[in-house]
Amino acid sequence: MEIGAIRNGYVLDHIKAGMGMELYNILKLKNVDCQVALIKNAESRKMGKKDILKIGDLIDVNLDAIGFLDPNITVITIKDGELVSKTHIEMPEEIEGFVKCKNPRCITTVEQEIPHKFKLTDREKGTYRCIYCESVLKYNR
Amino acid sequence: MKLRHLIDIKDFTEAEIDELIEVAKDIIDNPVKYSDKCHGKKLATLFFEPSTRTRLSFEAAMYELGGNVLGFSEAQSSSAAKGESVADTIRTVSNYADIIAMRHPKEGAPTVAATRTKVPIINAGDGGHNHPTQTLTDLLTISREKGRLTNMTIGLVGDLKFGRTVHSLINAMSRYEGIKFVLIAPEELRIPDYVKEDVLDRNGIEYVETTDLEGAMPELDVLYMTRVQKERFFNEEDYLRLKDSYILTPDKLQNAKEDLSILHPLPRVNEISTAIDDDPRAKYFTQALNGKYIRMALIIKLLEEADAFSIPGSTAERWAK
Repeated sequence: MEIGAIRNGYVLDHIKAGMGMELYNILKLKNVDCQVALIKNAESRKMGKKDILKIGDLIDVNLDAIGFLDPNITVITIKDGELVSKTHIEMPEEIEGFVKCKNPRCITTVEQEIPHKFKLTDREKGTYRCIYCESVLKYNR
Repeated sequence: MKLRHLIDIKDFTEAEIDELIEVAKDIIDNPVKYSDKCHGKKLATLFFEPSTRTRLSFEAAMYELGGNVLGFSEAQSSSAAKGESVADTIRTVSNYADIIAMRHPKEGAPTVAATRTKVPIINAGDGGHNHPTQTLTDLLTISREKGRLTNMTIGLVGDLKFGRTVHSLINAMSRYEGIKFVLIAPEELRIPDYVKEDVLDRNGIEYVETTDLEGAMPELDVLYMTRVQKERFFNEEDYLRLKDSYILTPDKLQNAKEDLSILHPLPRVNEISTAIDDDPRAKYFTQALNGKYIRMALIIKLLEEADAFSIPGSTAERWAK
């Protein structure tokens, strides 16, 4: 299967196999106008199988969301057909706006206006806690 | 200068907590000295959920400091009943009061309040999450009864899963040396893993988990009983099955130490037999009284910091002058 090369945009590589769609959703890519390709179960020497996302424009990408989902994802930036950077995004200290607290007792369930925010409390385990009720963010990563 | 609040007991350092305890003890010994400390100041008690002790002790505390009180005692008698948000309620009330004590059934509500207020916020309980003034009350009680906050074995009994007072007390006592916890609960109400991992294990605190209250009794210096709280269960069946797990009766105290202190945050339902009330080791009503004194000390501290006093020295030293 062939997907054309990108002239300007991003390649999100080394996504855990099966998590590509999750990343697509968390980055809200269904709302963008440019070309987006999701390759599932691509062969990988390092990972066996992996997913890849290609975004055909240099749009604003929520890097925190990528770091939160998996800091092992490689973000490749391409400008005018040239690879300009290849980086990994560290797990951010705080995340906001793209995941919600699932604790039914949390104040965020009734106060519509307040932002859903989480703090990284254990980098090793990747544990995030709601800044309001402190419950652990349960998210399939 | 950043406005100080008390949302979580961790907001205060060990030294600040010790200082509050000392001020509270000084208030007990010298009540007249403090009778006009908050003259002209107003405390708003915003109780979106019912309470007896916490609200009345806050109000009594403010009156005994010479201040005034306004507020509501249930959500139905406030604009919350019309759908007003916590954020808007706080923005409004902080125009009228110098300090706010709030209780809310939703966890994290005081954190939201702290982002919107112009005056100090005291968390008077947010659902099953935190209840720091109860913890301060417990610390003052243990300190007064034992003469120390170090080197003791504390038995925590009952609902250790949802019991916010238990979680806060473990957090607070873990800062002191030589503390051992005996965690006594039915299987379904055991202490959550995150409390064990984040507080006990991380700080190297000694603890054992058991279901056997009588077996643990002889080694306890403090016995902290809790109620299985109906309001924390989504399922009534689970509540009914677990509510009578531990009932403290005189025969269960047979092997207890002579100087054991029995504490309970109250209200109790039936988990401590009334036959124990006259036992000299029963300290739960003294504990309720201590709640007023520590809240007096807390109100003074937060108001003082809000006023950005620049007088050097600790709170205790300043008030002693």
